[in-house]
Amino acid sequence: MSPRTPVGKTSMPPDAPIGLTPPQLWEMLRTMMMIRKFDERALELYREGLMRGTTHPYIGMEGVAVGACATLRPTDRITSTHRGHGHCLAKGGDPRLMMAELLGKATGYCKGKGGSMHIADVDAGILGANGIVGGGIGLATGAALAAQLAGRDEVTLCFFGDGALNQGILHEAANLAAIWKLPVVYVCENNQYAMSARADKFTSVPDPAVRAVAYGFPGVGCDGMDVLAVYRAVAAAVARARAGEGPSLVVCVTYRYLGHHVGDPLNYRDTAEVEEWRRRDPIDRFAQDLVSHGVFDAGRIEALGGEVAREIEAAVAFAKSSPEPDVATLTEDVYA
Amino acid sequence: MSRPAVAPAPAGEAETRVLTYAEALNEALREEMRRDPRVFVMGEDVAVWGGGGVFGVTRGLVEEFGPQRVRDTPISEEAIAALAVGAAVAGARPVAEFMYVDFMGLAMEPIVNQAAKIRYMFGGKARVPLVLRAQEGAGRGNAAQHSQSLEAWFCHIPGLKVVTPSTPADAKGLLMSAIRDDNPVVFLEHKLLYSAKGPVPAGEYTIPLGVAECKREGRHATFVGIHTMVPKGLAAADTLAREGIELEVVDPRTLVPFDLDAVLASVRKTGRLIVGHEAYERSGIGAEIITQVVTAAFDALDAPPVRVCGKNVPIPYNPRLEAAAVPQAEDIVAAVRQLVA
Repeated sequence: MSPRTPVGKTSMPPDAPIGLTPPQLWEMLRTMMMIRKFDERALELYREGLMRGTTHPYIGMEGVAVGACATLRPTDRITSTHRGHGHCLAKGGDPRLMMAELLGKATGYCKGKGGSMHIADVDAGILGANGIVGGGIGLATGAALAAQLAGRDEVTLCFFGDGALNQGILHEAANLAAIWKLPVVYVCENNQYAMSARADKFTSVPDPAVRAVAYGFPGVGCDGMDVLAVYRAVAAAVARARAGEGPSLVVCVTYRYLGHHVGDPLNYRDTAEVEEWRRRDPIDRFAQDLVSHGVFDAGRIEALGGEVAREIEAAVAFAKSSPEPDVATLTEDVYA
Repeated sequence: MSRPAVAPAPAGEAETRVLTYAEALNEALREEMRRDPRVFVMGEDVAVWGGGGVFGVTRGLVEEFGPQRVRDTPISEEAIAALAVGAAVAGARPVAEFMYVDFMGLAMEPIVNQAAKIRYMFGGKARVPLVLRAQEGAGRGNAAQHSQSLEAWFCHIPGLKVVTPSTPADAKGLLMSAIRDDNPVVFLEHKLLYSAKGPVPAGEYTIPLGVAECKREGRHATFVGIHTMVPKGLAAADTLAREGIELEVVDPRTLVPFDLDAVLASVRKTGRLIVGHEAYERSGIGAEIITQVVTAAFDALDAPPVRVCGKNVPIPYNPRLEAAAVPQAEDIVAAVRQLVA
C-alpha cells in the first residue's frame, strides 16, 4: 500500500470532477430505480407463491452496484453474490430474462435451473450470482488472471458482503492477486449484517478496508449510500487495475433495508436503526443532487419512475407467460 | 511395485519410445501448451523446485513457456482451485496441480460447488475447461495425510470427470484429452507409478475419456482395477496362470465417464468379477462398479462379486502396517482362487 493512499478515504478528493455525462448520470439513476422496482416486484411474486427457494433483496444498496459497474467497460467482468439482482442489472442484465429465471421458466437466464442465486450471463461479463458466501472471490481473481494471461486490459469487479470478509478464500485470493498484480477490484458491500451477525461484532476491525494493508494494496472506504462516492472510489481502483498495478479493496458502507431474505425474523435490529438508514436513501439522494445541480428537472425524474415500473411489469408479464422447462432438460448441460 | 506397468505398444503409425509415466505426463503438458496458448499450469512448486514439480511432471516447462504460463503458487489450495475455475470461465484452459490429493480437502468448495455446477446452474451457457491434477496412493511411508486414494469423492459429484491412468501411454493420451475437454476433469495420478516405464507414442496422442482397456485377456474371472492395482492384477494373473486360472484384467482408465460396456463384456465372458482399488473399501468406487454390473448383468454372474480394496483405516506409517492397509497382488490371487474354486 502506498503511504499516499490513506486507509478509509477514497483516493480522489470528493469534489473531483467525475467525468460522467448527463446521459450516463441518467442511466445510473434509471438503473438504481430498476433495481429497486425489480426487487420489490420479486418480493411480491414470492409472496404470491410464484417463486421457490428464497430471494435476497438488494433494496437500499443500489448505489453500490450502480456506482461500481458504471466504471466498467462492456468487456470487463463481475462476480456477484446471493444478493445479486442489483449487480446483474447494473452490469447490463436483461430484467425479462432475470424475472423469467426467478419464476423458473425455460426462457430464464439459466433455463430455470439456477433461480435467483445463480443468474449469470458469461458473455456479458456477469460470471454469476453465487450461493456460497465468498464463492465469487476466487472466481473473480481467476478471471483477472485469465485477462492478464491473454494480455487483455480487462478488469474484474468482485462483489461480496461483510459476511465474506471472514472467509478463508479472501485471504488466499487477495495474497495471490497482490503478488501477481492481477486486475481485480474487491468491492465489499458492508451492509452491516451477515444474517443476524453484526459486522462490527464479527469482524476484527471497525474499518475492514484496513485489511488491505496486510496484502500490500490500497484499501479505501466510501459511503455506499452515495452512488457518486462509490463511483469515485471504484473508478480509481479500476484505473489502477487496468494499468497493471494490481488489486484494490473498496469497502462500501451501506445497509439492507429488508431482511436477509424473505422470512427473516429481523429480531436482531430495531426499526429506529432502519429508519435512520432509510433517511439516507441512495436513490432519493442522487435524484435530489441531480435536480439541485440542474442536471435534470424533477418532473422528468418522476416520469422515469413510471417508465421503470412499466419495464419491470413487462418483465413480469414475459416471465409469467413463458413456458416451464421440459422435464427432458433435467439431464442436459451437466457436461459440455 | 511388484511389477512395472508395461502395456502392449499402442496401435498407430506414430513412433513410440519408452518413457516413464512422469515423462509421459510431462510430454502431454508440453505438447498441449505448444498447441494451445490458452493452456497454462499452476500449482505449488511446479516451476522452480527441482526444475519443475516434486515428482518431476512439470520439469522444464518454465524454461520453455516462461513464468506467466508455468506459475508457482503460494500454499493456497482453495485459491488454486478457485482461480483455475474463474480463469476457465473467462476463456483460459488451466491445468492446476495439487501436490497430494489429500490437500484437495482444502479446495473442495470451488471444485464441488463452483467448477462442477457452473455449466448446469447457468443453463449450459458457460464452459469450465479445467484439469485438476493430483497424485494419490500409498507405498512410500508418507502416512495418513499423504497416502490416501480419494477418487470416490470426485466420482460422486455430477459435472466432474475423473481419470486414473495406470501406464505411461495412458497417462499421456488421457492427459491430452483431459486438457482438450471442455469440462472440469480431476486427473489422478499414482505416486508409485511415476517411475513405471512403457512405450509411449510421440507427438499428438489422445485416448478418449470413457474407454476402458483390457490389459490382459482371460476366461475364468474379470479383475477391474485402477492405478497400481493394474500392475498388481497383471502380476496376480501371472501367478494364477501357473495354476491354470486365466484372469482377465480390465482397466477402466476413466471412472467418470465409466465404460460399463467393456466391463460387462468381460463379465459376460468370465462370469466372475473382482474389483480392486487402494481406496478405502467403504463407499469406494468398487461398490459402484459392482452395483452397475449386478444391475445390468446379474444373470451373467456365476458367483457374488468380490472387492479387494483398502482397509477402512487411515494409512499407517510402518511399512508392514502400510502394506497390510492396501491390497497386494497376493490378495488378488487369494480372492480369485476362492472365487473360481
